[in-house]
Amino acid sequence: MLLVTESFFFASFVMAYIYYIGRSASGPQPKDVLELGPVVGNTIALLASSITIIPAVRAVARGSRGAVLAWLGATIALGAYFVVGTGLEWQKLMEEHGLFLGTNLFGTTFYSLIGFHCFHVIVGLILLSGIWLFSGCGLLKPRDGERVELVSWYWHFVDGVWIVVFTTVYLVGR
Amino acid sequence: MTSPNQHQQSAAKPEPTRALADRLCDWVVTVDHKKLGIMYVAAGIIFFVVAGLEGAAMRAQLAKPGNDLIDPATFNQLFTMHGTTMVFLVGMPILLGMGNYLIPLMVGARDMAFPRLNAFGFWLFIFGAVLLYFSYIGATGLYGTAAAPDVGWFAYAPLTSRTFSRGNATEYWVLGIMVSGFGSITTAINLITTSLCMRCPGMTLMRMPLMVWMMLVVGVLVITALPVLTASQVMLLFDRQLGAHFFDTEAAGSAVLWQHLFWFFGHPEVYILVLPAFGFVSEIIPVFSRKVIFGYPLMVAATVAIGFISLGVWAHHMFAVGLGPELNAFFAASTFLISVPTGIKVFNWMGTMVGGRIRFDSPMLFCTGFVAMFVLGGLTGVMLAVVPFDWQLSDSYFVVAHFHYVLFGGVLLAIFGGIHFWFPKAFGKMLNERLGKATFWFLFIGFNLTFGPMHVMGILGMPRRVYTFPPDRGLDLWNLISSLGVLVQCAGVLCFVWNVILSLRKGKPAGDDPWDAWTLEWATTSPPPEWNFDRIPVATSRRPLWDQKHPEDPDWKYE
Repeated sequence: MLLVTESFFFASFVMAYIYYIGRSASGPQPKDVLELGPVVGNTIALLASSITIIPAVRAVARGSRGAVLAWLGATIALGAYFVVGTGLEWQKLMEEHGLFLGTNLFGTTFYSLIGFHCFHVIVGLILLSGIWLFSGCGLLKPRDGERVELVSWYWHFVDGVWIVVFTTVYLVGR
Repeated sequence: MTSPNQHQQSAAKPEPTRALADRLCDWVVTVDHKKLGIMYVAAGIIFFVVAGLEGAAMRAQLAKPGNDLIDPATFNQLFTMHGTTMVFLVGMPILLGMGNYLIPLMVGARDMAFPRLNAFGFWLFIFGAVLLYFSYIGATGLYGTAAAPDVGWFAYAPLTSRTFSRGNATEYWVLGIMVSGFGSITTAINLITTSLCMRCPGMTLMRMPLMVWMMLVVGVLVITALPVLTASQVMLLFDRQLGAHFFDTEAAGSAVLWQHLFWFFGHPEVYILVLPAFGFVSEIIPVFSRKVIFGYPLMVAATVAIGFISLGVWAHHMFAVGLGPELNAFFAASTFLISVPTGIKVFNWMGTMVGGRIRFDSPMLFCTGFVAMFVLGGLTGVMLAVVPFDWQLSDSYFVVAHFHYVLFGGVLLAIFGGIHFWFPKAFGKMLNERLGKATFWFLFIGFNLTFGPMHVMGILGMPRRVYTFPPDRGLDLWNLISSLGVLVQCAGVLCFVWNVILSLRKGKPAGDDPWDAWTLEWATTSPPPEWNFDRIPVATSRRPLWDQKHPEDPDWKYE
C-alpha cells in the first residue's frame, strides 16, 4: 500500500520531467551534459542488487547466518556503488557544466527526480544495513523472514522506479 | 515512563487530580481505535468552530457594500484558512475519525490492523494542524508581521512564488498540510487493511456494511490522490526555498502544471469527503425506514465506479484555463459520467425510504436534509460541467454556492446525522432529541439562507474572493440575507455544543442498541469495552444483528 502511494508520488515527478523535456529557456541541455557510460554501470549495479537480495531473503528464512551476511553484504555494496556513482555524476555536472537545481528547468526536474530516487535508495540501504547488523549480532531469527521480505519488496520497488527514471531521463529525454 | 518516585508523589496528591492526570495520560498514549476516533472527531469539531468563525467574519465584512470592517489582506488570510481548515482539519479528521471508530466495530474486529500506526497518524494530523495555525503568530507575511497564509486553499501558481507571496506564510501552508497529509495516508492504509484482513468469520466482502465499503474506496482514493499533492507541494517548496523553476513561468516553467497536479488531488478529495458521508447515510436511512437498503450490490458498484471515475475528472476545475476543445470535451464527459453512479445512490436512498415506516428522529432528519441538499449541489455541479456555462460562472459566487451545497449541505449534514446516530454508542448516553431537532432546523434554514442567495449573486456577476463590492448592482440585499443566515447557523452550532455537554453530563442511558439497528457495532455494549467484543461475532448475513434478534426469520434465507 505504501508502495502504491510512493508510485503516485514518483509519477508526479516523472510527469513533471516529461512535461518539461526540452523546454529549458537557457543553460545546459540534457543531451549536452548527460553521459550514458557511468550511468549504465550504476544501473547494472542496482539491478544486480535486486537479484542478490533474493537469496538473502531465503537465507533469513533458512536461518543460515553466513549466507545472509554474504548476500546482504553484496546487496548493500551494490546499492552503495549506485549512490556513490550518482554522487560523482552530480559532482561532475555541477563543477564542469555548472548545472544546479536553480540553473534551468532541466536542472530543477533532473535533480529533484534523481534526488528523490537516490534518497529512497539511501533509506533502503539504511534498512538493509540494519538487518545486516542484526544478523551479525545473531539477533535475526527465521521468523523475521517476513519482515525482511517486506524490506526486499521495497528494494525491488526502488529498483523498478529506477528503470522508469532511467528510461525517461537517459534514454527518452536525451 | 514513570519512576517509582513519581508514583509515590502522585499517590500523595488528592485523589481527583491524580485520576484526571491518569485519564489524560490514557488518552495521550492510547492506541485504542475508539479513543483515537473520538479525539479525531473532537479535534475536527474544534476546528469546525474556528473555521466557522472565520467564515462568519467574512460574511460580516460582506454584509453591506463598501464595508471596511476587515482589510483586504486579512480577508485573503481568512478565506485561505477557512477553506484549508474546513477541508483538511474538519472534513478529513471527522470522517476518517468516524471510520476509525466504526470500521473495526462494524467488521467485528478488536482493533484496527495497525493500532500504533493509527496513533501515529492522529498525532501527525494534530501536529500539522497546529503548525498551520501557528502561522498566525509565527509566520511572516506581506508586511513582515505575523500573518497566516493568504494564497487561497488551492494556492495557485504563480501567486505562491516568492515574488508575489512574501515572507514564509506559504511555507506554513505547505508543511502543515503535508504533515497532516502523511497522517491521512497512514490512516487510509489502516482502513484498507482493516476492512480487507480483519473481518470476522462470515463477513464476506458482499456482507460488509456499506459504510465499510465506502471507507475502503476512500482509503484507496487517499493513497492515490494525496501523494500527488505532497509531490506538488515539494515542488513548490523547492521553487520557493531552493530556487527551482517548476512553476516559474519566466524560466519556461508552467503555472498550469500546478493546477493539474493540485486538481488531480483536489477532485478525488471531494469524493474522499463525500463518500464517508454517503456511508453514514446508507447506514442511517435503512434503520429509520425499517427496511433493508435498496439495491445493495448496485450501491457497492456505484461506490467503486465513483472511486475510479473521480480520478479522471480533475480538469473540469480548469475549463477557464484554455486547455483546448478536446480536453475540455473529455473532462466534461467524464464529469457527466460520474453523476450517474451518484444519481444511482440518491435513487437507492429514496427507494429505501419508499414504503418504509419512517421514524423522523434527529439522525434521520439530518439524512433526509442531506439527500435534498446534496441533490441541489450535485445539480449545480452538472450545470458547471457544461463548458460554456462554466466559462460564464467560473470563479463567481455560483461556484461558492455549488460546493457549499455539496460540502456543507451534503457532507456536514451527514456528519451531524452520523454524530447523532452513533453518539449513544460512543458514550452510552442519548443526545437530547429536542435539542437535536433544533440543531437540524437552525442549521438547515441558516444554511439555505446563507448559501442559497449565493447562486443569484454569482449569476449577477459577483466574483468570489473579493473583500467588498460596490453598491447598487443588485447585490446588496442578497449579501445581507446571506450574512444574516450565518446567525441562524451559529444558533444551530450552539444548540449542538450545548446538547453534547448536557447529554454527556446527564443524558438518558442509551443501552446497547437504542435505534434497533442491525450492524455489528450495536451488538456490543455502549460504550464498547476496550476489546470491543467479548466473543468475536459471526456474520450470518448483511444484517447480523437482525438474525440474532429474529431467529425465526433470518436474512440469510434471502441472500
